[in-house]
Amino acid sequence: MMKNNNGFKREPLTDTQLLMSITIAIFFGMYILAMIILQGGFLHAQQVFDMLNDNASLIIVSCGLTVVMIGAGIDISVGAVTSLVVMSCVLYLNGGGNIVGSILLALGIGLAFGLVQGFLISYLDIQPFIVTLAGMFFARGMTTILSVNPQKVEHDGFAALRSVKIEINALGYTAPNGNFIPARMELGVVVALLCVVFIFILLKYVRLGRGFYAIGGNQQSALMLGINVKRTRFLSYIISGILSGISGYVFMMHTGAGNATNAAGMEMNAIASSIIGGTLLTGGVGNVIGTFFGTLTLTTIKKIVVSSGLNQPWWQSITTGGMLCFFILLQSVVLNKRNAKKK
Amino acid sequence: MSKNKKKIFSGGLGQLTIPVVAIALLVIFNLIRDPSFFGVDLAHNNDGNIVLSGNLISIINGASELAILAMGMTLVTAACGGQDISVGAAAAIAGSVFVKVLKTSPEISGGKVLLAFICACIVAMIFGSFNGTLVAIFKIQPMIATLILYTCGRSIAYWINGGATPTLSSPIITAIGSFIPGIPIPTPVLIVIAMAIVFKLLFKFTALELFTQSVGINQSAARLNGINSTFIKLLSFIILGVCVAVSGSIGVSRLGLINHETLLLDVEMDTILAVAIGGNNLGGGKFKIGGSIIGAYVIQMLTITLYAMKVSSTDVKAYKAIVIILLVVIGSPVVKEKFGKFMSKLLENRSKETVKGA
Repeated sequence: MMKNNNGFKREPLTDTQLLMSITIAIFFGMYILAMIILQGGFLHAQQVFDMLNDNASLIIVSCGLTVVMIGAGIDISVGAVTSLVVMSCVLYLNGGGNIVGSILLALGIGLAFGLVQGFLISYLDIQPFIVTLAGMFFARGMTTILSVNPQKVEHDGFAALRSVKIEINALGYTAPNGNFIPARMELGVVVALLCVVFIFILLKYVRLGRGFYAIGGNQQSALMLGINVKRTRFLSYIISGILSGISGYVFMMHTGAGNATNAAGMEMNAIASSIIGGTLLTGGVGNVIGTFFGTLTLTTIKKIVVSSGLNQPWWQSITTGGMLCFFILLQSVVLNKRNAKKK
Repeated sequence: MSKNKKKIFSGGLGQLTIPVVAIALLVIFNLIRDPSFFGVDLAHNNDGNIVLSGNLISIINGASELAILAMGMTLVTAACGGQDISVGAAAAIAGSVFVKVLKTSPEISGGKVLLAFICACIVAMIFGSFNGTLVAIFKIQPMIATLILYTCGRSIAYWINGGATPTLSSPIITAIGSFIPGIPIPTPVLIVIAMAIVFKLLFKFTALELFTQSVGINQSAARLNGINSTFIKLLSFIILGVCVAVSGSIGVSRLGLINHETLLLDVEMDTILAVAIGGNNLGGGKFKIGGSIIGAYVIQMLTITLYAMKVSSTDVKAYKAIVIILLVVIGSPVVKEKFGKFMSKLLENRSKETVKGA
């Protein structure tokens, strides 16, 4: 690629890059179309910030899932762990805990899930779906054991932390009543973006990250290359676990309350985001930037459905399903064509 | 001699070790906890029929939908090496169609119920073939392909009902959902037995079992032997569609209403679990439908046991998870091997001691 100017043939895009670029192109295409046709909120930068504010924890969870999926695994406990972290931190803060303690608690719960699940999957060779399914059941059950009723955080320090918002005046707009409203971004979004960058660097430049691709692509070859397959897989689940912990904290900062039904269905949304972003469940292919745009694409579809006047409650998920179908088919067709060419 | 020993400790029952051991453990646990747990009585129900009642009956009855789904899921798992996570959503759709057809006119007759069931079957088979097409022709992993229907299935069911939760009240529906007058066994149990017989006959008189296994074990080898693997995969999803329609209809008849959100909620996870507990490899290949059926009853027995121990229905999941983990850890190849080695070492030492003693 560097010698492009000297007349050398340009290296073809890898599967990862191809799938990611399709997603990013579709996201921008869709958003620009929405800006032209639907206008309204789509013309304000706040729309993008709202999408980020609402989905910061989903983005974080999806990052972890992408790592696991690249290593040819699956982790469906993430949503339930998020919910458990929210509930335990809320109870801890209300019981007189401090902020640092609650952050450590969130990370600890995430790490514990990652450790146990990772150990069972990589060292005892049990199917990841079953282990993380059990993890999901356990976390959901523990959440209701902690409290069936919704709990609101009543902690001054946390309230102060929650109210911290990053305001960007340049992107603000003037409301119809004449008030100027700057674009607001929550602290959780910054955490989410940091996670994306961290995972991106990990996957691209760190030996461990390349190891995830290797074990996902072909476990046997990875073993022959001298990669410690078991340890690498173990670490991928630990990363996913810790990110679920962080996601739980961010979720709590967004909602400020714990509820047994928090983050319901988040694992499937996270899987969908990763898939739309070009990660394959078979492993070895994927990119966290794609996942980031996958989450945004998923949210944009929902926003478009709402603002185009399809008010019945069923349209949102039906269009989401349709969109998912489109992306999955597109990827399958594109990859099959490429593989046929290679042969 | 030593070979035989090894075989015993690495699982004498083969594939059925885990489900049989699990069910035995649960039975023993319950008998110790409460010897009358498995007592079965004959009692009069609200309609004045003499029916069987007791925990054992509610376990067998309650697991009916799960057992039927597990049969179909086993086939899909074996052929495609992946699972269908849309069964709950598809059952909601099938149930909605069932109710929609019955609601076309006020009176409900036997013929109409049959017609409604056939319509539900056709719709479920269409959705099954949609999933099957994605998996077999477009070569998408089953979990991802069925994620589409998982996402939007319950909303489609809601759409079919027009945003309502219609109720059914008819003696025929009650007969399907609970008891036929004069027969003390719950009807869903009879339907499970009928389905099991259908599968047994299907395997006996067609080569479906062999073909499914060969496609699951090695697709290319199966193709070279003249098996149309695309068709087999598609067929497995269509058969699962029939199972989905049956269990959706049972679920609707049991409650007498269709609620798209709660009908067979979370059943996809339980179904996959039943298949796994049944000792089937989730990566495809060899399978035993009997194992999956036992797996379904294990799950239901666990749930009922926890209810009997006064665990609230929302907390059950946490305890269920612990039992699942214990089961799979015992069943994991690594643990089995270690345990086998440990046991044979123990036996060796003992035989040495006896030699010394003599």
